[in-house]
Amino acid sequence: MSSQPPDAAAQLPEHPDWLWRNPDPKPSYDVVIVGGGGHGLSTAYYLAREHGLRNVAVLERGWLAGGNMARNTTIIRSNYLCEASAAIYEHALGLWEQWPQELDYDFLFSQRGVLNLAHTLQDVREGVRRVNANRLGGVDAEWLEPDQVKEFCPIVDVSPDVRHPVLGATLQRRGGIAKHDHVAWALARQADAMGVDLIQGCEVTGFVRDGAGAVVGVETTRGRIAAGRVGLAAAGHTSVLADLLGLRLPLQSHPLQALVSELLEPVHPCVVMSNHVHVYVSQAHKGELVMGAGVDSYNGYGQRGSIHLIEHQMAAALELFPIFAQAHVLRTWGGIVDVTPDASPIIGPTPVEGLYLNCGWGTGGFKATPASGRVYAHTIATGSPHPLAAPFGLDRFTTGALVDEHGAAAVAH
Amino acid sequence: MLLIRCPWCGERDEVEFRYGGQANVAYPADPEALTDAEWAEYLFVRDNPKGAFAERWVHTAGCRRWFSVVRDTVSYRMTATTATTATTATTPEAAQ
Repeated sequence: MSSQPPDAAAQLPEHPDWLWRNPDPKPSYDVVIVGGGGHGLSTAYYLAREHGLRNVAVLERGWLAGGNMARNTTIIRSNYLCEASAAIYEHALGLWEQWPQELDYDFLFSQRGVLNLAHTLQDVREGVRRVNANRLGGVDAEWLEPDQVKEFCPIVDVSPDVRHPVLGATLQRRGGIAKHDHVAWALARQADAMGVDLIQGCEVTGFVRDGAGAVVGVETTRGRIAAGRVGLAAAGHTSVLADLLGLRLPLQSHPLQALVSELLEPVHPCVVMSNHVHVYVSQAHKGELVMGAGVDSYNGYGQRGSIHLIEHQMAAALELFPIFAQAHVLRTWGGIVDVTPDASPIIGPTPVEGLYLNCGWGTGGFKATPASGRVYAHTIATGSPHPLAAPFGLDRFTTGALVDEHGAAAVAH
Repeated sequence: MLLIRCPWCGERDEVEFRYGGQANVAYPADPEALTDAEWAEYLFVRDNPKGAFAERWVHTAGCRRWFSVVRDTVSYRMTATTATTATTATTPEAAQ
């Protein structure tokens, strides 16, 4: 798939109320996934498709994909710095390229390219280093000089007279965007068709443990459900769930904000990210400018953020894109992201038998959706980490083998 | 934006402050006695409650002094502010 056809909006499928059943929970499942967002649905899809586990439930306290899956800025890229992260995100990007056909559902995956701008000499050095690291790791990456940035994205101001001049950029041409809610619907439809029960309005309120302490089920607002294995995929609420087991995790939950403008005609041909001035912008298929801000510094579960972060972000956006000066903000929102000390996810078994973790994706979870689900399904089905997930075990905080991705995580946290 | 009451300067906008995370995390009394797991706990693991949370802020743009507050992590309302040091912070229980 490359860039979207001009009439893409007209090709959007209808709302998919009928795409999956809405079953009541059964008394028992082989695997219960807690969390019906992108990662939970992807995990269920791969449990059924690649591991033959069909007696699977996804429990969602709200509605499918109504949490972070519906609140992110839909950017997909794999140009991370560390080998372990580049490997898992590149695996994800490869799956993104297969998914439109495999899932048989048009979610408008558009490989329009991702620019990461450099504004300081240090940014330039970091960018060039990351391009070289990416190429060595098999990830497509290029370094662009300012005039090449202008050529690729004509609306970026690359004049040297602004407060944060553009000194260059990394470009990943295979990066892009997808329509996130449609990705969730595509996964839900396929998982449902393979027999997975997608249960909405079902909040997990506790865990059932056997005499040896192993997790053998969950207590929910819709009754007790026995489970051979329980996999958490609850993003910002993972520590709230783990607290029920007395399991302390290296996670802090923060509100992450984003906003969209009113609908505009197509002006923005790619994705532009800037760590230094801190804004990331793309244009959705319908025409809104989709912009991301930072995380609030403080812990929070309020699903809203601070106005000063938006002011900061808008100031950066206007400097980079003078053409946006007359655009109006349509709405802002916040999602709750679970941040780890090394800005990398935690995937794998826990000290509690029968309980598995997939969390800590911080600000980078959407782009990882296919790989996250696939390696998590493998880990749950086999009981041991998928090779791509092995570096992301909980034990790295004890061994010290951290995967320090602060530089390439795109949002400072 | 939060309105935060500095014990010395009064109420100011959040942008004047820096966040310091969980309050009352003491440096290990006997560091050499800690196991790797205990070091990991001290370095990397903090409470992350949905509800009352005792945390530290520093008034960077003002008096530059540290203090502790109890804040609800859902409503963001601050219910107690304590001029204190790192090791004698208030607790969520104290505010209830």
